[in-house]
Amino acid sequence: MIEGAAWRRWVFFRIPTGIFLILLLFPFYWMIITTFRPDGELYRPWRAANYTPFWTWNPTTAHLKYLFGETSFMLWMWNTMFIAVVATAISLFCGVLAGYALSRLKFSGAGLLGTLIFVTYLVPQTLLFIPLSDIIRGYRIGDTPWALILTYPTFLIPFCTWLMMGYFKAIPKELEECARIDGASRFQAMLYIVLPVAVPGILSALIFAFTLSWNEFIYALVFLSSPEQKTVPVGVVSELIRGDVFFWGPLMAGALLGSIPVAIVYSFFVEHYVSGLTGSVKG
Amino acid sequence: MANVSLRKLHKRYDDFHAVKGIDLEIKDHEFLVLVGPSGCGKTTSLRMVAGLETITEGQILIGNTVVNELPPMDRDIAMVFQNYALYPHMSVFDNMAFGLKMRKFPRAEIESRVKAASEILGIQDHLHRKPRMLSGGQRQRVALGRAIVRNPQVFLFDEPLSNLDAKLRVQMRVEIKKLHHRLKTTSIYVTHDQVEAMTLGDRVVVMKDGLIQQVGEPLELYNNPANKYVAGFIGSPAMNFADVTLRDHGGAIFAENATMRIRMPDAIAARVKGHNGKGASLGIRPEDLRVAREGDSADLAFDGIVEVAEQLGSEVILDLRSGPSTIVASVEPTIRVKPGDTVRLAINPIGIRLFDGESEKAI
Amino acid sequence: MAATTAGTGEIVIAKPRWRPLESEGNLALLLLLPTLALLGLFIAYPFIKGILLSVQDTRVGIDGKFVGFDNFARLATDPIFHAVVWNTIFYTVVTTIFKLILGLWLAILLNRDFKFKAVTRAFILLPFIVPTVLACFAWKWMFDPTFSVINWGLYKLGLITGAINWLGDGDLAMLSIIIVNIWRGVPFFAISLMAGLQTISPDLQEAAAIDGAKPWQRFIHITWPLLLPVTMVVVLFSVIQTFADFQIVYVMTGGGPANATHLFATYAYQLGIGTGLLSQGAAVSLAMFPILFAIVIFQLMYIRRVETR
Repeated sequence: MIEGAAWRRWVFFRIPTGIFLILLLFPFYWMIITTFRPDGELYRPWRAANYTPFWTWNPTTAHLKYLFGETSFMLWMWNTMFIAVVATAISLFCGVLAGYALSRLKFSGAGLLGTLIFVTYLVPQTLLFIPLSDIIRGYRIGDTPWALILTYPTFLIPFCTWLMMGYFKAIPKELEECARIDGASRFQAMLYIVLPVAVPGILSALIFAFTLSWNEFIYALVFLSSPEQKTVPVGVVSELIRGDVFFWGPLMAGALLGSIPVAIVYSFFVEHYVSGLTGSVKG
Repeated sequence: MANVSLRKLHKRYDDFHAVKGIDLEIKDHEFLVLVGPSGCGKTTSLRMVAGLETITEGQILIGNTVVNELPPMDRDIAMVFQNYALYPHMSVFDNMAFGLKMRKFPRAEIESRVKAASEILGIQDHLHRKPRMLSGGQRQRVALGRAIVRNPQVFLFDEPLSNLDAKLRVQMRVEIKKLHHRLKTTSIYVTHDQVEAMTLGDRVVVMKDGLIQQVGEPLELYNNPANKYVAGFIGSPAMNFADVTLRDHGGAIFAENATMRIRMPDAIAARVKGHNGKGASLGIRPEDLRVAREGDSADLAFDGIVEVAEQLGSEVILDLRSGPSTIVASVEPTIRVKPGDTVRLAINPIGIRLFDGESEKAI
Repeated sequence: MAATTAGTGEIVIAKPRWRPLESEGNLALLLLLPTLALLGLFIAYPFIKGILLSVQDTRVGIDGKFVGFDNFARLATDPIFHAVVWNTIFYTVVTTIFKLILGLWLAILLNRDFKFKAVTRAFILLPFIVPTVLACFAWKWMFDPTFSVINWGLYKLGLITGAINWLGDGDLAMLSIIIVNIWRGVPFFAISLMAGLQTISPDLQEAAAIDGAKPWQRFIHITWPLLLPVTMVVVLFSVIQTFADFQIVYVMTGGGPANATHLFATYAYQLGIGTGLLSQGAAVSLAMFPILFAIVIFQLMYIRRVETR
């Protein structure tokens, strides 16, 4: 608490926080404004006398029309959503089961496997993308969503596993023991008792995996080539830039609309996202 | 027949020997209490009976069946945990019904059993509630109910009352006893509280360091403790011990130290004839001491200096110093003494116990 | 081994039904199988393949033959690669320091109860949630030399007289990507550190205040040491992410001007995918690994030491 005069609250809290918020959110505001700004205003140099950055008096939907009309934007949205949902589902399935096995079952090699999975999280995609592109082509899934659906789990699963391990560890083992005495097999105890209690953790892992899927770029860039197969980030980069010419209006429109689905889903799960984040750093 | 046998039972963890060869026969319908300090092996033994810990050596039988290899769900037992272990995402009804559902009981049967059990325990109005909406006592009742509906051969209790406040603990103790009278299911109950052991058990097993110290009815343990440990564990306030040397004075055996010279009753004297000079521990319970009166034999009395006097209303607890020993005496409420006073205490000879100086076994 | 009975009938040794999944080892294996399969197929296998690629001279369409450490030797004398190494290290160190300082400041600011706390927290995370590539376009437009709103703002405030060539000048370009990286990373640091702050009991602060410690001293002696474990984990994650960063540079500068902002990842992409020199690209990618590995080991050791102190 900041005690004392109101001015202290303003100087030490409200103003700094306000400045942080403005700096963090301004680019999004810029995205919105640019999307609806007509080209004439858009391409006005900043030195020009009538440069009005923060507002436009002639909003237009021309850029949006271009985006939907001249590019496969809706297809990209569909692709990205489809890939994100399926990859998230796969990663959750694997991560929840793996997290359970590593945190609640005793077997030789548990420690080693746990470390191994943690280590794979530290191998960045930018290290693997060249050999992986070859492998993907070898399996004949290049230029299909499956190239991404099967490779995204490689960085989603380790994180989900680690997250779930933390949540599982907090569930008292007496619950499972009681279930097993009551007549449940180990598997049934996991399914009916432990997993339902771990639902908050599962939701955290879900929203994390979903946002990370949308954010992935290099695999999508390297593995997909046809315009209809592309995801939103790749599509926006490759189809709205011709050589050196940037179509800024539609570009911003694409950037804005591409960000909205993630932001919306995220807004339903903010609490879970935050607790997932905090859970993962508290180890 | 739901008797339980533990035969030459051992449990080893890596380099720690938790249970060192236990032999125990628990009779059908018996309520047996395992009592002892933490780490004595009582909970480990219980968990081996439940099937939650593997058995390193020995056998466990339920009825006539050796159950070593059976998983918990096939042993026909139910367990009540210290932390209740209620399934937080299920209602009280579903908590109690879970075991029956797992065993594929028909719906009608499940409903009637759960209803019956909830009525016995007085929780029939809470069936739709979730555990977090219940008080500690209610949760423990649900845990009991969950065990009852299965109608198992054996009940296992793992310190179920430790998480309750003192008043509730007394209440639930009575409930458990009443339940046992009603259902008569063979029960094994683990606790570290000797009061619970004495009040609940048909027989009590005192354990220490992985071994059984003594098995017997509560009164038997109180009156005839097999060794110094059991003597000091059972009874509250605890029995007093004084280091003494036994001396034969013309046929009468005296236990002596710097401040005491107590004559042993004939029964004890007969057992120690010929052990002149032997070291021993003299045991006497606080309730077997009183302030000496005129005419009390000097052979059965000793002096002590009062350190603390606790007036309880029904009695006075005196903490005294007698030479090197600290003595606790429980005397009549009318006694008035101050710290620093010297008091002469008389011993009730019936309460005298002697323990061997080295083996600590009762003489 | 026949056991003697108490006399009431014969002893039966119960054999359990065959339930393979009751064994912890078996169940664990089953549960871990999908994970191990996926990770083996798409991480372990490509990793090994990457190593093999880097010791050959493969190009797109042309199978390579074994060439030993030629690719790495070439990198050792490659001036672009030197720039890449320096850039990446500089980029990682500078952004991490600022993300830590600003993130900590923001975490401390938000670590109190105030109206709209939940909403503020939700908005603060947006830079981290939104796809980086898309956000980078907004920044690129904001940095554009002719149309930059930032230039306009600085000019209006009287701080500059000419245009700032944010993305066209070597040093300024590095500054630009550093700014964007910090912008994206501060929320992650802030929210994580805030979680760490919340585990520090306010009693400790109050006791210290009563003992006469000023806020500055309280921070150094109480807050910072107790925050260290969480800080180290957050820094570890962030360093790995930043070191292997690709998206920001790809969108903003493509590695230029004149390789001033090339990082390991972008250079590997340019060599491997851009010009088709797969083996050389793989070598650049792999060159990341020893440094990353060293950083990870160092930090894990540090974390272990801090936690067991």
